[in-house]
This record gives sequence, C-alpha cells and structure tokens, in this order.
Amino acid sequence: MSDIKNIKNDYSTKLNKNLSLEEINQIKTELFGKNGLISSQFKNIGSIPEIDRKKFASDLNQIKNELQNSITNKINEIESKKINEKLEKEKIDVTLPERSFVRGKIHPVSQTIDEISSIFSEIGFSVEEGPDIENQYNNFTALNTPDNHPARDMHDTFYLDENKEILLRTHTSPVQIRTMLKDKPPFKIIAPGRTYRSDSDQTHAPMFHQVEGLHIDKDINMGHLKGCLNYFIKEFFEVEKIKMRFRPSHFPFTEPSAEVDIGYEIKDGKLVIGEGDQWLEILGCGMVHPNVLKNVKVDPSKYQGYAFGIGIDRLAMLKYGINDLRAFFDCDYRWLNHFGFDPLDVPTNYRGLSR
Amino acid sequence: MKITFDWLKDHLDTKLKEDKLLEQLTSVGLEVESVENLSAGLELFKIAKILKTEKHPNADRLKVCDVDVGEKEIKKVVCGAPNAREGLITIYAPPGAVVPKSKVKLVIAKIRDVTSYGMLCSESELNLSDESDGITELSSKKFEKSIGKSYFSESSSNLIDLSITPNRPDCLGVRGIARDLVASGFGKLKDLKEKKIKSKFKQTVKVKINKEKNQGCSAFGSCLITNVKNVESPQWLKDKLVSIGEKPISAIVDITNYVMFDINRPLHAYDAEKIEKGIIVRNSKSGEEFTALDNKNYKLEDGMCVISDSKGVLGLGGIIGGTRSGTELDTKNILLESAYFEPRSIRSTSKKLNIDTDAKFRFERGIDPLSIEDGLNKASLLIKEICGGEISKIDIQTIETNKIKNIKFDTDLFEKITGFKISTKEMIKILEDLGFKIKKEKKYLKLTIPTWRPDISQEIDIVEELVRITGYDKIEIIDPIKERTKSTLTQTQKLFHFLQRAVASKGYLEAITWSFTDSNYNDHFKNKNKEIKIVNPISSELGVLRNSIFSNLIMYMNKNLDRGLKDLSIFEIGPIFTGSNPGEQNTVVCGLSAGKRSRLSWIENERNVDVFDVKRDVVQSLVEAGYNSDKFFIDSETPNYYHPGKSGRLFLNRGKDQVAAYFGEIHPNIIKMIDIKTESLVGFEIFLDNLKLPKKTLKDQKTKFEVSDYQKSERDFAFIVDKEVKAQDLIKAVSSVDQKLISNIKVFDVYEGENIPENQKSIAISVTIQSSEKTLNDSDLENINNSIIKTVEYKTGAKIRS
Repeated sequence: MSDIKNIKNDYSTKLNKNLSLEEINQIKTELFGKNGLISSQFKNIGSIPEIDRKKFASDLNQIKNELQNSITNKINEIESKKINEKLEKEKIDVTLPERSFVRGKIHPVSQTIDEISSIFSEIGFSVEEGPDIENQYNNFTALNTPDNHPARDMHDTFYLDENKEILLRTHTSPVQIRTMLKDKPPFKIIAPGRTYRSDSDQTHAPMFHQVEGLHIDKDINMGHLKGCLNYFIKEFFEVEKIKMRFRPSHFPFTEPSAEVDIGYEIKDGKLVIGEGDQWLEILGCGMVHPNVLKNVKVDPSKYQGYAFGIGIDRLAMLKYGINDLRAFFDCDYRWLNHFGFDPLDVPTNYRGLSR
Repeated sequence: MKITFDWLKDHLDTKLKEDKLLEQLTSVGLEVESVENLSAGLELFKIAKILKTEKHPNADRLKVCDVDVGEKEIKKVVCGAPNAREGLITIYAPPGAVVPKSKVKLVIAKIRDVTSYGMLCSESELNLSDESDGITELSSKKFEKSIGKSYFSESSSNLIDLSITPNRPDCLGVRGIARDLVASGFGKLKDLKEKKIKSKFKQTVKVKINKEKNQGCSAFGSCLITNVKNVESPQWLKDKLVSIGEKPISAIVDITNYVMFDINRPLHAYDAEKIEKGIIVRNSKSGEEFTALDNKNYKLEDGMCVISDSKGVLGLGGIIGGTRSGTELDTKNILLESAYFEPRSIRSTSKKLNIDTDAKFRFERGIDPLSIEDGLNKASLLIKEICGGEISKIDIQTIETNKIKNIKFDTDLFEKITGFKISTKEMIKILEDLGFKIKKEKKYLKLTIPTWRPDISQEIDIVEELVRITGYDKIEIIDPIKERTKSTLTQTQKLFHFLQRAVASKGYLEAITWSFTDSNYNDHFKNKNKEIKIVNPISSELGVLRNSIFSNLIMYMNKNLDRGLKDLSIFEIGPIFTGSNPGEQNTVVCGLSAGKRSRLSWIENERNVDVFDVKRDVVQSLVEAGYNSDKFFIDSETPNYYHPGKSGRLFLNRGKDQVAAYFGEIHPNIIKMIDIKTESLVGFEIFLDNLKLPKKTLKDQKTKFEVSDYQKSERDFAFIVDKEVKAQDLIKAVSSVDQKLISNIKVFDVYEGENIPENQKSIAISVTIQSSEKTLNDSDLENINNSIIKTVEYKTGAKIRS
C-alpha cells in the first residue's frame, strides 16, 4: 500500500518540476510502460489478500488517474507554451500593402446609356439600333428634310462620297425610319448610339451620343409625350421634383415640335438640377410628322405618336458634374478612372440607378 | 434675328413690359438667345473739340492734342489720326469707357512717355461705319454748342437676339414677330396705312424674265427714282440700324436694309444709268463671271439665276449684287428691285458659290410673294423723302401667278394631337390674328393661308400654330403606364452589355474614342480591309473611318504613357468599319494592356504583361458571357499587327464558325514605329458579330445539376512530344479517351532542355478520373491509364516519359 503512495508522492513531485516533453514521456514510460511502476502494481493485484484487494485496486486506480491527468495537463501546458512561443515569433506587420487588385471602370457615357435604358424599360420601351453609316435618304429625306432644305444646314454632315449619298448619321432619328420600315405599329423604342457632326470646339465634339425615342400607337398625343419625358427626367436625375419647360421649336420630322428645358441654379459653384430660375435646354421632341409616317408606310390617319432625341453626353455631364465634353473622348487614364463606374454598379430599377 | 422692343412698337400697341415680352417670345417659339444692352456705357462718349495739336516728342506720326471736353480741365490726348487738327469737333472717350468695336476698356496710359487721358475715336471704333482712316469729324455748325454732351442719344432699348427656326421666314422681319405676339394676346397690331406711289411716269428700264427651265425668278417688280441725291441717313434711321447692331452706310443702302428688317422684304438698288439696254433675268451660262459687292469675283456655272443686261451679269438674283451697277454717293437715278426668287434656286447657287448674305438667308427660306409692291412703296417713298427725286410707276413682270393655298381643317384634330381642348372661337381668333382668312363649315374651318407662311401646307401645321400660340404649358401631363410587353434588350444587346462589364471587371478602363482615326495609325491595323475616307474630315488626323479600334487605343495608350503613367489597361467596345455602305460595320471589344504586373511589389515578383494575361481575359470574358470554354479552339493564325509567334486566334468551336477573338503581343515593328515606351504591349479583339448566341440560356444550364460523390483519383503523366505539338492537342486527345470518366485535365509543367531531346519538349499533365456510377477499382484505373497513354501517343506522336 505504502508502495503505491510513495510512487504517487515521488512522481507528483517530479511532475511539478519544469520538464521537457521528452522527460514527461520518460516518466510516462516509467509509470505506465509494459513494466512500468503502475503497470506492475496492476499485475500484483492478484497477489493481494482478498480483504485488502478491493481497496488496493481502488486506490491504485485513483492514483493511476491522478498521475495520468497530471501528465496530460503537463503535456498540454508545454504544447500550448510551444504554440504561443511560435505565434510570438510569427507576428508580421499587417500594415504592409495587400496583394494588388485592379478592377476596371465603365465609361460614364456607357453607364448613362444603361441608366437611360433601365428607366425606359420600366415603361415598356425596348432598345433598337442602327448603323453609324447611313444613306442620305434615311438621315434626311425620309425624315421630311428634302435636299436643298435649309434645315439640312442645322446639321454639319460628314460625307463618305462626293455625291453626298452616304454619310455618318447626324442624329439617331434614322433608326426611327429603319424600325418602322422593318416592323408593324405600334412602336415603342429607344435607340441610343453614336452620332456625328463636323464641328469641333469646346462645346462640340465631332462625335457624340444621342438617344432617340419613338412611341407610335393609335391615340398617343402630346400629353403622353410630356408625361413620358417628365417621368424620364425625374428618374434620371433622381430628384423628387423637376422644373420642366416645353417650348415651341421646329424640326422637320416632327409637328408640332418642342424643345425641353429644365430648371437649374448654381449653388456654391455647383449646378443643381430641378430648382432655380435658369433654364437649360436638354432635348428636342415632337409629334411625328405625318409625312414621315407616310414615308414608312404607316397610315397617319390611323396612327400617331411622338419622338424625341436627347444628347447623352450632355445628360452625363449634368448628372455627374463633368465640365468638359472633349474630355469624354480624350482617353486620359486618370479621367477615366475618376469618372468611370465600377462594373458591378449595373443600373437597375430595384437597386436604384446609382449608388 | 435681332430686334429691339422700341422697333417692335412700330408695329405693336402694347402696355406690357420687356420682361413679359421676353417670356412671351420664347413661349410662342421665337427663342430669346440673348439680351444685350448696347448703349450701356455709351453715355461716356462725349462731343469734344481739339484746341491745339503738337507733334509728339518721341514719335513722328503721333500728336499730342489739347481737348475741350466741356469740363474745366483741358484733357491731353495722344492721337495718331492724320486728320486730328486744331478746331476739329470729334468724339472723345475718357478712361473707363469701353470701345464698342474692340471691347477694350480704356485706361490712362503712357504712350512713348507722354501720358494720354483717353482717346479720340474713329467711326469704325464706334461701330458707326467702316471709316477708320481718321477720327470722326463732326460738323461744327451742328455740334459747336454740344461740346461736353454725350454723342449717343439715350435710346436704352435692349438688343434682343432671337433664334428663328428655318420654317419661319416671316419672323425675319419685325412685323412678323409682332404678328405672332399679337396672336398670343400681347397687344394689337398697328395698321400701318402705308402710302402708295402716285406717279405719272412710267418705269422706263425694260425688264424681262426669260421663260426657261428651272428659272429661279418668278416675279420682278421695280421702279425708277430719278434725280436723287444719296446722302448720309438721318439720325432716326441711323439710330434704328445701330440699335440692332447694323452699321449705317448711306441713305439708299440704309433704307433698303431698313425695309428688309422691318417687313422682311429684301430689295436691291441699281444705278440705273449703268444698266445697258434693260434687264434680263435668266439662267447663267457656264464660264460667265462678275464681281460682286463683296469685291470677290465669281465664276458661274450653268443655270444660276442672274440679273443681267446686254453687257453681261449684273448680279445673282436674291443673293448679291454686282459692283458694276452698284449705287454710290453720286448716283442720280436708281432702279429699285423687289422680286421673288425660288428658295431651291437660291440655296443651290449660294451653296455652290459659298455666299451668305441677309437677302440669301431670307429668300432661301421663302419671302412673301405679295410683298413686292409694299416693299417698293415703302422704300421709294423713304428715298424720295430723304434723297429727293421723282418716283416712277411700279412695273411688275411675272411668269407665274401666285397660287393661293387653302386647307380644310378638322377642328377635332387639335384635341387628338394635343390632348386638350380649345373652343372653335379661340381657334378662329388665333388664326385670324396670324393672318388666315377663315370660312366656318360645320366642324371644319376652310382656311386661306397667308402668303408669308410657306411653312404651312397641311392640317397638322394648323394644330402647331394653335398649340404654340395657346402655350405648351396648357398640355396636360399623362403619366406613363409601367408595363412591359416586350423584353428591353435582344440577346445580342445583352451580350454587348455582358462583355462590356466582363472586360471592365478584368482591370480595363473603358474608353470611348472617335469612330474615325488617323490614316497613318489605321494603316498599321487595317489588315485586309480597305481604307474608308471621309470626304470632309475635321482634320487630316481624323480622315478615315477606323478599320480597327487598336489605332485609336494605341495612340491614346501612348499619350497616357507619355504622361508618366505605367501599367495601364484600357478597352473600348464599339464599331469598326469594313466598307462604306450602311451596315458594313462590326462591333468589337478591343483591349490593350501595357507594362508590368506587380511592379515594385514587396510581396509578388514583378513580370511583364504577356499573351497569357490577355488570353485569360478573353477566355474568361467569353465564359462569363455564357460560352463553354471546353469547346474553344485556338490556333496561331493572326493578323499582321500581332507578334507572329506570340498571338492566337480563338474559335468558339472547332470547325466552320467565324473567328471569335484574337489576342497576343502587338507586333514589335509597330511598337517601334509608333515609338511606344513600355516593357510590354498586349491586346485582344473580340468580334461580337461573329459570336453565335449561346444556345443554352442560364435558365437551361441551372436546371441540370449533376455531381458524383464516388472517389476520384488523380494521375500524373509526362509526355515527350515534338516542339510543334500544341498543348491543346494533347488535352483534346486525353479528353477524347472517355469524356464520362475524365473530369479534369491540367497542364502543370512544360519543359525543354536538359534530358529532353532537341526539338522536343516535355508536357506534364494531371488527369482527374471519376465515375458517376461507382468507385473505380485498380484495374479500371489501370485500363484508363493505358488507354490515355496509347491515345496520346497515337494522336500526337508523343512518348510517355518514364
């Protein structure tokens, strides 16, 4: 009996000392190895007199558990100390720069086109396209602008042949012609795209972007036109209220025709859309001229409707505070990076057009 | 068109103020472009007398003048005018005044060491005439007593500049504008009660309009005024012209201009004595020449409408007169012309000869054919009043009678187009004010269109008149309905948007560049396409349509690199042109990447961008757009602007379909010629129009979800192959063994050199084998192994590396 108590006392003292993992394993072997001190005692249980045997076995088990626990604790203690020492050494400067990541950007004009498409999509317009190179018939004549008409002077045209038959489209309106020739009414389309005019200065670029709109049905009137544009402008500028003015004007392909101004003011050097007593012209529109409908074989006594043309670059400038039109096409990397949009910012109706 | 409120009041009785006027003009469609106070500051210009002149001590041509400006102090002014002399009465501008012509603000200045307090002004500097040879000379009789007073009378009417749309020639005269205002309720139109010529004399210059094809003149009215004395215009007339920014010249010229601006009736005055044997209006013959009043000599083509006499061309009808028959200050007998010229003829002639005049601008838009007499009456009586003389009877030659246009207008159309109602009574009032003659017939109005409105020809034009005058603000907003019956974008348009954002998400900044380019750059990239020239480019650097987006992207990439920026990626999605007919264009996504990856990184090794960067961008973008990369086929045939050895061509499928994309290094020769300084330049082009739309939509792909949970095993193989053998061929050979069991193939090493025979290379691949039906046992795997080796060896001539 005293044997096992002695063993316990001896080894408890040993295990309280500073030990290495090897020394603990040595102790483990000495106690619980094949011929270890504790193992041997278990073999002796049979030789213990019957009366004492039960108590001996119970004491022995208890001592065994205590010693085993001590050993396990000691091992855990050493291992965790080791890990802590290792972690201490592994400390790094996390303020160093991360691995590089470059995401590109979407051009503000592309973003604006997506915004416009998203807005008109809500009210049932679909997107049509047409070629950049047009014949003079689609660009002018079919749009009720015959040759030798002074209205042709309003468009400085790039020509691709000496006979002035083939040209770069001066507006997106020829898409109206192509769409109406191709399909049957009703029509409800927008057509964004590149347009070209041969003037170039601070406020004019030889290439710019327009979006054409066309809605033809049996009973579409100027009230619908006003409602559509009022809706569009409010949605686009993401404002509750908009001051909008329809002003009579003239385009050969619409009658009556209007230009639309929106109210603005300059607050702290910034242009604020929607309020104020200054007017800014942003688009032209009108009821599609019966001559145009006749040219595309649509009966003007049965069908009528409106068309509009909006300068996309101008809208983008107003919405995003871009001062210089020329910069859109100058491809300055720093400009593209500043004014560009994250490709994940896809304009949608449910999430909002812009963040 | 420039007007003043004062001038408008010649035709308009109104009590309303100018701010209301500006609003009303814009609201009826006569847009106010600007309002300018011309006379602001003009009160500073004083009538002054030169008391003494001395030669400037340091300059031969300058004089120092003592000037009496009506103040106590005599002003010293340095002046270079040869006519500056003692006793001359002229116009003095003090420091602080702004010279009308140059807009320069005067200051006290030292001119060659002599201080000059202000300036003595020439007529030209004051916009009074073109006279710039010396300072203004005022008659001492008239002005002696006015010294010190302002020279300019105090007309403070603002100059209002209107943007008149090309359909409204009638508003190129003040009366036309007044008429629109009256219709909109802005006052009453004054009845001018114009006097008519009462004469016993006949107009003795014979006028004939030749009847020939495309004759550009249909009526020619004229009268003769004899024994006139052309003088300076009276002050009221000068003031009138100056008030709208025009320069007075001489009474006769000023009167014709005045009538033109007032009632939109262009006139022309000839020196009757210089017309040889009468006037013939005819088509020109090719080669005829004349010198016009702009002092230019014009060579004419066949068929231009000319006014001629027996000696030849006098002028281009309705466009510009000639010097030979022009009026001068000593002209005695005047033939005054008031004619009608066809807009088409005017336009085609003026375009060919590149002439723009006030008369041409009006005739090409359409002049009131019935204003011929009014113009002659008004102008000749004014000439008689100012210049004296005798007026003849009016002679009018015509070859066509003017047709009166009528329209039957259905009053219901108004509401159908505008969405709101006005009463027939209101309609009649507006149309009458605008000059229509009206007969009411049930729900129709029978309208006679005023002769000054060539823009009106059908019912819709009447709707426009009515709604414009009523006010667009009366149109009620009808809110749009939020419903969609057709998808917004087509599949092709969706593809455009996907690819655009896919490429942007790979680190490229989107650029938008011109559709045209510099032919020098385009030449590098046009490949087999033909050059498409613009006939009238903005500049020679933008002279051709681009055959490739690279030309612009490389140019701008170079500019950015020159700014000191490094490691840039840009792309553009847009058209390239393959021919000059509508539709001969393709949509291309073109990307360009320059420099290095991980430049100066503390953590990653820096390296040049290379082919496999752009290949990844192309492949990954196509995958994101919905294409299956397992089917992609790549070879190395590329256009000549790519590095021949380091570029590739991608097809969506092996077989017939068109090239989906090119990618690779830009050819070193081009880099050298364009002189781009960067470590590496790689690019790609994806051709949208060549991409067949993905057959399976995302919806289709999602419905099928198949995975296997049976054990998979990975086996590595190293093959020795000829250098020419492509990795793609090896991979295809492996996957052809059993597509059900071979789920993944990866190339993990490519090696040439030691231990490998010359002209050969080793390609090591890892193959993942997995069945969807069972766990494969050793003998199954062994079979596949053997068959992979056999197939690869057979198809590519490879040898398994032991």
